[in-house]
Amino acid sequence: MTSGSTQAHAPTPTIPGELKVIHDATCTFCGCVCDDIELTVKDDHIIEAKRACVLGKSWFLNHSVEDRPSCTIDGNPATLEQGYDRAAQILTNGKYPICYGLSDSPCEAQRVAVSIVDWINGTIDTTTSVCHGPSGMAFQGVGEVTCSLGEVANRGDMILFWGSNPAESHPRHFTKYSLMPKGMFLPNGRKDRTCVIVDVRKTKSAKAADIFIQIKPKKDFEALWTLRALAKGIELDPDLVHRETGVEFSVWSDLMDRMKACKFGVIFFGMGLTMTRGKHVNSEALLALTRDMNAHTRFVAKPNRGHGNVTGADNVVSWRTGYPFGVNHARGYPRFNPGEYTTSDTLANREADCAMMIACDPMANFSQPAREHLAAIPYIALDTKETPTTRSAAVAFAVATYGINTGGTVYRMDDVPIPLRPAFASPHPSDYDVLTAIEVRVKKILGIT
Amino acid sequence: MTSPDYTKISQGIVYDPRNGIDGEVRDIWILDGRVVDAPADPSVRASKTIDASGLVVMPGGIDMHCHIAGPKVNVARKMRPEEKRRGEQMPRTNITHSGSMGSVPSTFATGYKYAALGYTTAFDAAIPPIAARHAHEEFEDTPCIDKGFYVLMGNNHYVMQSLMNNEPHKLKAFIAWLLTSTKGFAPKLVNPGGVEVWKSKQAGNVSGLDTKVDHFGVTPRQIICGVAQAAAELALPHPVHIHCNNLGMPGNWETTLETMRALNGYPGHITHIQFHSYGGGNGDENTFNSKVIPLVEYVNSHPNITVDVGQVLFGETTSMTGDGPLGYFLSKVYGGKWFSSDTEMESGCGITPIKYRNKSLVHALQWAIGLEWYLLVKDPWQVVMSTDHPNGGSFLAYPQIIRFLMDKTYRRDVLKTCPPAILERSTLWEIDREYTLNEIAIITRAGPARILGLNNKGHLGAGADADITIYTPHENKEVMFEMPRVVIKSGRVLVEQGEIRETLIGKTLHVQPNYDLEIETDIQEWFEKYYSISWRNYPVDLSYLYESCVIPTRRGS
Repeated sequence: MTSGSTQAHAPTPTIPGELKVIHDATCTFCGCVCDDIELTVKDDHIIEAKRACVLGKSWFLNHSVEDRPSCTIDGNPATLEQGYDRAAQILTNGKYPICYGLSDSPCEAQRVAVSIVDWINGTIDTTTSVCHGPSGMAFQGVGEVTCSLGEVANRGDMILFWGSNPAESHPRHFTKYSLMPKGMFLPNGRKDRTCVIVDVRKTKSAKAADIFIQIKPKKDFEALWTLRALAKGIELDPDLVHRETGVEFSVWSDLMDRMKACKFGVIFFGMGLTMTRGKHVNSEALLALTRDMNAHTRFVAKPNRGHGNVTGADNVVSWRTGYPFGVNHARGYPRFNPGEYTTSDTLANREADCAMMIACDPMANFSQPAREHLAAIPYIALDTKETPTTRSAAVAFAVATYGINTGGTVYRMDDVPIPLRPAFASPHPSDYDVLTAIEVRVKKILGIT
Repeated sequence: MTSPDYTKISQGIVYDPRNGIDGEVRDIWILDGRVVDAPADPSVRASKTIDASGLVVMPGGIDMHCHIAGPKVNVARKMRPEEKRRGEQMPRTNITHSGSMGSVPSTFATGYKYAALGYTTAFDAAIPPIAARHAHEEFEDTPCIDKGFYVLMGNNHYVMQSLMNNEPHKLKAFIAWLLTSTKGFAPKLVNPGGVEVWKSKQAGNVSGLDTKVDHFGVTPRQIICGVAQAAAELALPHPVHIHCNNLGMPGNWETTLETMRALNGYPGHITHIQFHSYGGGNGDENTFNSKVIPLVEYVNSHPNITVDVGQVLFGETTSMTGDGPLGYFLSKVYGGKWFSSDTEMESGCGITPIKYRNKSLVHALQWAIGLEWYLLVKDPWQVVMSTDHPNGGSFLAYPQIIRFLMDKTYRRDVLKTCPPAILERSTLWEIDREYTLNEIAIITRAGPARILGLNNKGHLGAGADADITIYTPHENKEVMFEMPRVVIKSGRVLVEQGEIRETLIGKTLHVQPNYDLEIETDIQEWFEKYYSISWRNYPVDLSYLYESCVIPTRRGS
């Protein structure tokens, strides 16, 4: 069966020297996935990106087609055909093949990647395992009460950010979704909302807050459980709370009074919560607090996801395997075990014997043991730019950039699927093209019809 | 010139209720994926003959109400790793992908399992319009069956606003626009009005058909009646699919009866009616009892109304619903993990793990009430088999339900394992009726095809899609139906004796009724004021459908 056969939309042709305007283009730089961008394109450059934030502008305006071969094998230029053949050989020769990344590829390409992994009895993992993986695990423990971003804009009268710094990581978060919009039930926009920011340091976001609460580092769990206790009306020792959280008890009880009094509360949380001491236990505390708050009023929570299509990766891997990330197919069927089948572990434990890295850079940001092992095994890398990971790859593909050169589908951080409107064509193939060609060869080698 | 490439199913015992064929030995001829008349020239030979002598031949099964794709289903998959590791595993083969089971199977597993069960068409019952693209993406990864989905609109702001302003022409255009934009199949109402109230206040819900929805000032009755009328005027193949208010609540039967009356004679389908047929005091489980009889009397005398059952089976499963307040209620009853998600302008969602126990009086009654529905509706064309997969249980339980319906001894044996009080609170013990194979063929294929307005499905006359299931007769009907001998989809043999032989992706069934295009300006103005995505990025284009199949309106347009 052909997988991921939905054809990606091709960009409209560019006429040399003429300006072309793309309306309602989608920015895939961060999880906000703003889809109201107006791009002006001249030749192979975007010269204007209306409504894009500082990160989005940089994403669009600095984009240039990489002047390097679409494929290299062991660092030497090769044809795409040679690259596909070599990639398929590497993946089918391995006993423990792994595939990682995916969060900056459209769903159409992600689906093909999962197919390949299925055929080769491999392990599939996404960058979720190093960002909101703990939130995914917490969700499996307690569930989640959440909503789409438009609900926040229309109803959210109390907005909390916990361990998240959207002013720098998601610059349009405040204006487009969470603080400034004049919503259906909040006609005065910002004036109708209370913004609370909880963090271990005074981030650039802090000045947007009505209330900024600076807690002791590594004390998120204690702070969240203080709030859970207050929500349930359990008596606490104020001195102990102060000592543990670094914040006066009265601040917490005042916050809880406000949380109970609001109509629709929202907690956005980030890696300041999920990747610090406690990890999934922190996320679980926050999700449980949100659930508890629904005994008093309406309250929801939402992880502020980073990569443009990390949410799509969670969805695709889940609908195809039943599990969101860290999925092993060694027995021919999917098994899930974060900490075992997640990439930082399969590498650091020296289990993987070949790899395919898609739109990610583990050579730059994984642990030393994981990087050493990756450098020692043959792997394939697909990326739009040259990175430490592509440089050490056995086979490296320079691919077209999704949302700029290629179409497809991405999922916003609230699971809303959004189509891409590419600006201009790239001489490089898309992730989808490369992966599809590799899949064809893998199936041929394995005798799969 | 080569002769046409016919396939012939030879000498099977054919059950084709739509064409009045009740267990007659016949040949079925297939050409280019469709059933055709036998060639006039007796010398024409089929290139492939399937010997079905002694076997039972029926059209492929149609599941008209299940949850198999989209955001809610996928969240449930992610949420329940614990039930997958210990359950059945689905390894990949040289022609099929691997998958996982549990109560919410992965996409590929869903497609293979439906096909292996002899089902060739299934409809997801609750897709939020903004997530339609997601459902279509999953459909493309759900092989072997034709698919479609119903579009949530019972709490849609534009729907309520049109009713509030008494603008039926706008409502009608909006319904058609929304179905067209999402490539959906039918309007779905889930707890009409109640989900909007849930979004706006703690434990919010409507209490009955005449509670006004905050901010909009409309009642569930107005939503039901308004949408039913608009859908009838649009001549939609499946006009309106209704999940009533007050699902699961003791005493909710009156709400259900009022919903039927609110249809004002317009055609309407009441779904998983088992969950809506309860007597008893307000919220009081101790007085919980069956109220199937008064409801079934109404259905028996009102041919405009059809129902599917939403049968409960004993065991563990996952409850998933577009009914946000119901999800909250269930999570409090069971105390487990709870997912809830509110979707802007459109809908809600609730998910929680649940377990039905035969030793629980309430659960046993739910089981009995479901069976009462099948057995008490006089005209089998008005009742359809469903478990509301996975809410009452898995679609894989259909063979067991068939056995309950065809074998009163088996039914009573299971009833004996339930708390004795059930005998006073339901009539199941006294019912002697046993279904015939012809009636089973009605409630699992011919009936749903008619209710859905699918002229090419659910029968084996010339022109029908060649979706055909061949069963080996067996005294134990569960054995007979759980592993068909052969399953044919679009003329191709996909399954033989439980083994997948070939796969295909299948068609997506959707509608595109005509409507007043001028209303789009008004819709756009409203949309751009409140939605968080761009107007142009909302509609799903045809590239998302592997194979589009537009089902015409009942007017034929």
